[in-house]
Amino acid sequence: MALAKDYASVMGRNNEIMKNAMGLDYDKFESGKMSFDYEALMASTGYTIEEIMKVQSATGVGNTPILELRNLTALARKYAKPGYGATILVKDEASNPSGSFKARRAACAVATAKKMGYKGVMAATSGNYGAAVASQAAMQGLKCIIVQECFDSKGVGQPEIIEKARKCEAYGAEVVQLTVGPELFYTFLSILEDTGYFNASLYSPFGIAGVETLGYEIAMQCREKYGKDPAMVVCTSAGGGMMTGTARGLIKAGATDTKCIAASIDLTGLHMASDTAFNKKSCTTGHTGFGVPYAVDPDHSDVPRSAARPLRYMERYVTVTQGEVMYITEALANLEGVERGPAGNTSLTAAFALAQELPEDEYILCSETEYTGAGKHIQPQLAFARENGIEIKFGDPSVEDKPGVNIILPKDPSYIKTKDMDIVHMRESFIKKACKKYGSFDIDEDDIEFLAVETNSTPEFVKSTIEKLKK
Amino acid sequence: MAKKNDWVRIHRVVLPAEGRNPNLPEDTAKVPLEMWTKGFLQADAEIGDEVEVKTATGRIEKGTLIEVNPHYTHSYGEFVPELVQIDTQLREILFGGEK
Ligand SMILES: Cc1ncc(COP(=O)(O)O)c(C=O)c1O
Repeated sequence: MALAKDYASVMGRNNEIMKNAMGLDYDKFESGKMSFDYEALMASTGYTIEEIMKVQSATGVGNTPILELRNLTALARKYAKPGYGATILVKDEASNPSGSFKARRAACAVATAKKMGYKGVMAATSGNYGAAVASQAAMQGLKCIIVQECFDSKGVGQPEIIEKARKCEAYGAEVVQLTVGPELFYTFLSILEDTGYFNASLYSPFGIAGVETLGYEIAMQCREKYGKDPAMVVCTSAGGGMMTGTARGLIKAGATDTKCIAASIDLTGLHMASDTAFNKKSCTTGHTGFGVPYAVDPDHSDVPRSAARPLRYMERYVTVTQGEVMYITEALANLEGVERGPAGNTSLTAAFALAQELPEDEYILCSETEYTGAGKHIQPQLAFARENGIEIKFGDPSVEDKPGVNIILPKDPSYIKTKDMDIVHMRESFIKKACKKYGSFDIDEDDIEFLAVETNSTPEFVKSTIEKLKK
Repeated sequence: MAKKNDWVRIHRVVLPAEGRNPNLPEDTAKVPLEMWTKGFLQADAEIGDEVEVKTATGRIEKGTLIEVNPHYTHSYGEFVPELVQIDTQLREILFGGEK
């Protein structure tokens, strides 16, 4: 008997399809209350960090170099007070086989799929992760389907996403492209059900454990080269896996004094599910449209419990603007001779400003770069913006920036600044959403402790927030 | 005319506007959810015909035939003059000496 494949029927079979597609029963981590056992979920991969390194290096993933950005450091020092301006370092993740740190995530997910006997893997992603899964599937001999949100209703595609489709196809994957909308998940589930493939979710424990090696390598390489851990590590944040995995790896390496900073491009005001706003964005990841909702409510992804829980680890969450990221991307090419993709340079843009807060003898490290190419480069991304009526000009991004309306290139590098998001408010918002989902503000000590860990705060903070919310 | 086993691109409406998720922004709610994929054409056909293809993973997908031998057209885009201004400014600040 053929299964009904209409929207409601397929969505109704979500839990069952997912269970079959991941070989992981999330129920066993639930407490029956609000909390769940996050560390047990992470441990369920069965891999130690050393084993993950082995899995990754078998396909040439990881062990990427750290580049010292001497000219950008010198430039930042021109705008810092005397004695300030930390050395800016970047982990050159573009040198992974698929061109981004996402190869780390995919390596573990695809190896797990293979070990479990799946014939193929699937991922729902318009970004670098698709290329990473496709690349790993090619190396490990599995089939691969990538489902992308790519076009608006006029059939106009984001150049950056079209390039990602090309890359996936280059690796032999099938790419299914869709117009804007959250029902992508329906198409994804439906194909997952038909094929019986593995869901290589971005948010699975395999994926996040794969990023831990990045944080671990950062600590080891910095100690070897500079004799100390970086004062700050800046992570471009969207779904929060980069932040989570990197911070966990740093902790595993004992780098507990390193401050973890999340950075996103400010896209306030652009609705992520809007057909008309879709091509008004000039970057497709690393922005607040993903970064903020995933930080305050990680469990709305394609898995019951996300292994990416960035609010646990970030000390600050800063934003930069599209124009600033474009400027720094050009600066990286022109002053350092390193041409990389803009999305990955979000953290570098923040680091350029944050370096000025730190003394000269400290190090600030950006956790990644990403590859660049046709479509996925500031030139076509700015040209596309202009075609879509976005005004591009030099100015002061901190006052003039209007996402979807303009791109303000900083008048000079002194206009590159970070804005701190109100992290206390984000923690409150996390607690509010968690209580709302749970259906009650009456939670016991275990759940209070859980929320304190989830929000990198204290039980007292959680209690006082709940008291405030009750009113 | 496209021949059986040609590599082609197809298009299909997955959900009509009326059948979409009820919690969409107004603009998205007004348009259908559309899909594109590629594969080997299963029988001779003309552009615009309803066809079946066998995709790279061996799935059979149905849709309207829109392109034979589909190719990429994304590029480095039109020239953006601001970029050379940035280059000039950066080199001036960093290597131009104190003026
Ligand atoms: C190059 C690059 N940097 C950073 C991110 C953000 O990672 P995450 O979604 O784990 O926060 C992404 C993915 O969206 C990415 O492709």
